[in-house]
Amino acid sequence: MPLAFIVWAFAVVIVYVFLARLWWFPPPINQHGITYDQHFLSTLLVTGVIFFLAQLALGYVIIRYRDRGKPAVYSHGNNKLEALWTSAAAILFIGAVLASTRVFAGVHLARPPENALRVEVLGKQFAWSFRYPGPDGKFGRTDIKLINDAAGNPFGLDDTDPAARDDIVTSSLRVPAGTPVRLTLKSRDVIHNFFVRELRLKQDLVPGMEIPLHFQADKTGVYEIPCSELCGLGHHQMRSTLEVLTPEEFRKWEQAQLEQLRQLQQP
Amino acid sequence: MSSPVVHHAVHAAPRGFLRKYIFSTDHKVIGKQYYLLALFSVFVGMLLSVLMRFHMIYPDAKVSWFEKLWPTGAAGGIMTPELYLSLMTMHGTIMVFFVLTTAPQSGFGNYFLPLQIGAEDMAFPVINMLSFWTTFAALVVLLAAFFVPGGAPLSGWTAYPPLSAVGEIAGPGQGTGQTLWILSIALFCGASLMGAINFIATTIDLRAKGMTLMRMPLTCWAWFVTAILSLLGFAVLLAAGILLLLDRVAGTSFFLPAGLVVNDQILNHKGGSPLLWQHLFWFFGHPEVYIAILPGMGLTSTVLSVFARKPIFGYRAMVYAILAIGFLGFLVWGHHMFVSGMNPYTGIAFSVLTMTIGVPSAIKTFNWIGTLWGSRIRFTTPMLFALGFVSLFVTGGISGIFLGQPALDLYLHDTYFVVGHFHMIMGVAAIFGIFAGTYYWFPKMYGRMMNETLGKIHFYLTFIGVYAIFTPMHFVGVAGNPRRYADFKEFEFLGQLMPLHTFMTHAAFFTAAVQLIFLFNFFWSMKKGARAPVNPWEATTLEWTVPSPPPHDNFGGRLPEVYRGAYEYSVPGADKDYLMQNEPVAAAKTQE
Repeated sequence: MPLAFIVWAFAVVIVYVFLARLWWFPPPINQHGITYDQHFLSTLLVTGVIFFLAQLALGYVIIRYRDRGKPAVYSHGNNKLEALWTSAAAILFIGAVLASTRVFAGVHLARPPENALRVEVLGKQFAWSFRYPGPDGKFGRTDIKLINDAAGNPFGLDDTDPAARDDIVTSSLRVPAGTPVRLTLKSRDVIHNFFVRELRLKQDLVPGMEIPLHFQADKTGVYEIPCSELCGLGHHQMRSTLEVLTPEEFRKWEQAQLEQLRQLQQP
Repeated sequence: MSSPVVHHAVHAAPRGFLRKYIFSTDHKVIGKQYYLLALFSVFVGMLLSVLMRFHMIYPDAKVSWFEKLWPTGAAGGIMTPELYLSLMTMHGTIMVFFVLTTAPQSGFGNYFLPLQIGAEDMAFPVINMLSFWTTFAALVVLLAAFFVPGGAPLSGWTAYPPLSAVGEIAGPGQGTGQTLWILSIALFCGASLMGAINFIATTIDLRAKGMTLMRMPLTCWAWFVTAILSLLGFAVLLAAGILLLLDRVAGTSFFLPAGLVVNDQILNHKGGSPLLWQHLFWFFGHPEVYIAILPGMGLTSTVLSVFARKPIFGYRAMVYAILAIGFLGFLVWGHHMFVSGMNPYTGIAFSVLTMTIGVPSAIKTFNWIGTLWGSRIRFTTPMLFALGFVSLFVTGGISGIFLGQPALDLYLHDTYFVVGHFHMIMGVAAIFGIFAGTYYWFPKMYGRMMNETLGKIHFYLTFIGVYAIFTPMHFVGVAGNPRRYADFKEFEFLGQLMPLHTFMTHAAFFTAAVQLIFLFNFFWSMKKGARAPVNPWEATTLEWTVPSPPPHDNFGGRLPEVYRGAYEYSVPGADKDYLMQNEPVAAAKTQE
């Protein structure tokens, strides 16, 4: 008997916390984020109703059918009911996943425009590096033998290649607002995961693979990037940031980076 | 025809202590051995989880006995992140393999499958003994990882390469510790394969006269289908484990691509794929979820029917749902890999199949409620745990509807939302199944009743405790909290979630402490509990027709004959509210 009230209490508390959004997503910073949240909410609505009704029914039968001396009904079931709830469940569940497919397709099947800003993302135990192709628009040659983290060369850039000399390498990701960005995700040791909560995006970095991921951020600000695939003892410290700048700020930053590169490369 | 007399599988009761209690071939002794191994393991696993929860909220605390236990991992008494990760890896491995796979299937299944289908023993008693001792060896090898240089591995129970494949340059514990982990899993696979063959052969060949498949208790169906899943799943995991071992010790490159630079060392591998491991692992790993939960579902069905004094609602639908879950369970492994870098079209295909498997799960829930509708409930401890199972199964299943959609997984993958989801369903719900089974079958296994008052206290506190631990995980998951983080100091947004983590940790301390009530009840009742009659719960299945505990050959040399299904409760016109499966039809009729 008390069990019924405990079950109901938990159901009410859980539904309340989700409705009141006591703990929630950070605000989205682009269209995909808004679409994601809408789909999350509609899934929450459907599953929330099922969850609440199921726990309600469980509590109800516990109270209603406790042993009060009345004999139990002798019944082996009801085929019509079976057919009804089987098809209802099938329609709801498969409907939900089909409805969500367009959200997933928008990320993984749609192509970024040709003029998207290209950035390479490199994961290693336990740091992030980002590489921009520079004014020539080409990523220069790399060689794993040239990798030198202490000297600021995590990619192993080969300076004998002219295309490599203007590549900007940074430890945080800066992008201009309102501009499509096309990332290429790489790892050089173990699997890592690139996650920006505000973008509602998450993608593994797998050694031996170059995984494309594109997005557009519309709201300026600084957003944290936590590694989200277990990568070793420093996993919980593998942090970087996504800084969304105004296009103007981004141009200035890029120029400053290139200037710094030129000074370093002067003999 | 006269009562059948058995001509096969007869072995006289052994005499010596060693043959009787240690290297026994009696399925009942082996079942108890498995159960006790799982009981030991679950307390080790729980202790590890309590230490993990402690570290999450007090990452800098100095505890002198940490250093005594782990001189390098907790030098100065402060737990290192690598120690945290090794506790996490061992917690997951112990719980999944040595508790959730071992207790419901190998423990209860071994003890009660032959009794419920009217057999004298399992089909292959010697293989049965061998499979237990192989499991025992696997556990010893696994625990040994704590005591080797570098300590236990830190790559999680999923052991994704390259982290798990490149040796100690990837981190402490990734040397000898990881090798021992693989050896332990390989041994466990071997043991599970032996067990699976035994369960399948026993179910097919050794059913008593009249025990048609559609008269079997749903527990037997669950064990049978679980055994098929084990056979197909563990075979693949064994192969994958051997390949991983070869990558580590023989220089092969099954899972390792070219161009690896780990810890500033260039590795000489090429041609392998880290994703191959994920496919092989989850081809086992997803069915494993059902290996853990199906026996609990079968038992919940039985216990609900017994204490509701009502036949199962939709027995056939329940059987088909078990079969459907078993079959579909092999087609959904890709939903663990939505963000792994595999082809997005594959992800969409897997997501549709994943949602399909929600249908038989929903059918089971509806039928449980249907069974309770119009019933006459007796609130015993096993019944409470079965009702708790239904509540947890719903809660844990619902969050699967979110995670099964690749679109939503783009954010939720590898957050605490996942941790909350699988702990609710394959952790806690399955454990509630084990508790229901323990309180339900203890009288038959040990000949004494467990204390009901302690049992109910244990139930209520545990039920509240597990909701308090695992519900907030969904909330921090929605806020984006990644899993497998040793502490939350580095990130600003994680700092804001600390109050919830503190709450969960205290709930975990509380719930863990409550389990001591169970432990006390278990061992105290074994010695001092009230003597159990043959059929204390007035249940109908065959194990309740023999003495508690049953004699060595179960049925005293005369196998039972079965006349009806397993759930004949409250039959109109009968003089009592249940009809035993072996009660002859004529006798039942004269009672009308």
